[in-house]
Amino acid sequence: MIDLSLLTDGGVGWLDASGPASHLVLSTRVRLARNLTAHVFQGRNSETEREEILGTVEGAARESVLLRRATRFRLDRLERTDRQLLHERHLVSKELAGLDGDGRVRSGASVLVQDLIGVMLNEEDHLRIQGLHSGFALEETYALVDRLDAELGQRLAFAFHPEFGYLTSCPTNVGTGLRASVLIHLPGLVLTKEINKVLHGLAQVGLTHRGLYGEGSEVVGQFFQLSNQTTLGSSARWSAR
Amino acid sequence: MSCDQCREREAVIHLTQIVDDQVTTLHLCEKCAAEKGVDSPGAHAKSPLGTLIGAMGKGPELVPTPRSSDLCVRCGATFQDFRESGRLGCPDCYRSFEAPLRDLLRRLHGSTHHLGERYADREQAATTPQAAEPEGQERAADLREQLRLAVETENFELAAELRDRLRVVE
Repeated sequence: MIDLSLLTDGGVGWLDASGPASHLVLSTRVRLARNLTAHVFQGRNSETEREEILGTVEGAARESVLLRRATRFRLDRLERTDRQLLHERHLVSKELAGLDGDGRVRSGASVLVQDLIGVMLNEEDHLRIQGLHSGFALEETYALVDRLDAELGQRLAFAFHPEFGYLTSCPTNVGTGLRASVLIHLPGLVLTKEINKVLHGLAQVGLTHRGLYGEGSEVVGQFFQLSNQTTLGSSARWSAR
Repeated sequence: MSCDQCREREAVIHLTQIVDDQVTTLHLCEKCAAEKGVDSPGAHAKSPLGTLIGAMGKGPELVPTPRSSDLCVRCGATFQDFRESGRLGCPDCYRSFEAPLRDLLRRLHGSTHHLGERYADREQAATTPQAAEPEGQERAADLREQLRLAVETENFELAAELRDRLRVVE
């Protein structure tokens, strides 16, 4: 069994209801998708390449301020129960934990975590820089993620196109690579059956909704994850607002 | 609820129109909506990738298709591979299939021009911090350039948004 006491908050700092507006918003998550220009994207790279990516990024992370003391979990060397635990604590995606589809974990699949911030490695993109905060804290979480992006960007060569911005494996993430989301509890709207109108309205303002555990998950316990839909044509800070 | 048009399929698009203070609501299935030329933002939001693949499946009139022999020189991926998986092979695919991807990005995001932080600026700022422009000026210059491009390409919707943002920055 993995030891989550290695993390200062046990990986559940986002769940302690200490943040702003925590009576309504459980947590805020911001992630940036980045890829190394020297490597092909995840769908076409080899096991050796994924190990190289892991080594390169971890080397850069150890030199950074924000991830110098990061704990590393190699998902490809963990039992399913442990992977499930990391996923439930919102530290890794379902895909990285190998909990969807055929249930296999990609070699090199890892996560680095230090306090409120971390990086998923060898996910759909080489790096998924992520920050998780209790309550409604988009600005604070974005600021933290942006700082780590800058720190890593100085040490790593990210794939960037002058017109399209940061390049990602899936075109839906191109541009800023940013997905800002809040996990919000809306029992009143569900009980009064007003929730569908609200969810329809979200699309009009460029937002989308998902379930408790993000992409591909179901809405349970009246928890909704609301996030931005597009990543191109708006600055990251603008999207985060 | 069944579609008002064909009465067979499930209605997924609900269109409310107000003409001369008269409110009319139309419930359509995806097929009938497409025939009527109704674009559903809700459908886009639910599955951006589905929209992407759907748009691509409709052929050359929507997305310019590269020749089937075209492949990315770096990773060997073809545009057909992308159609099937929805994922690109490597960063260079964005250059190899630039034209169809530009069209696709415009459909997905409403724009093809990245705004905000630029990676090159970051590298430069890291090596020559004293040469870095103040953030406001940098952003305004960037927005002006994007505005010029938007007007040139007759993307007036984006141009109007950029103009508004420039006002805020300036």
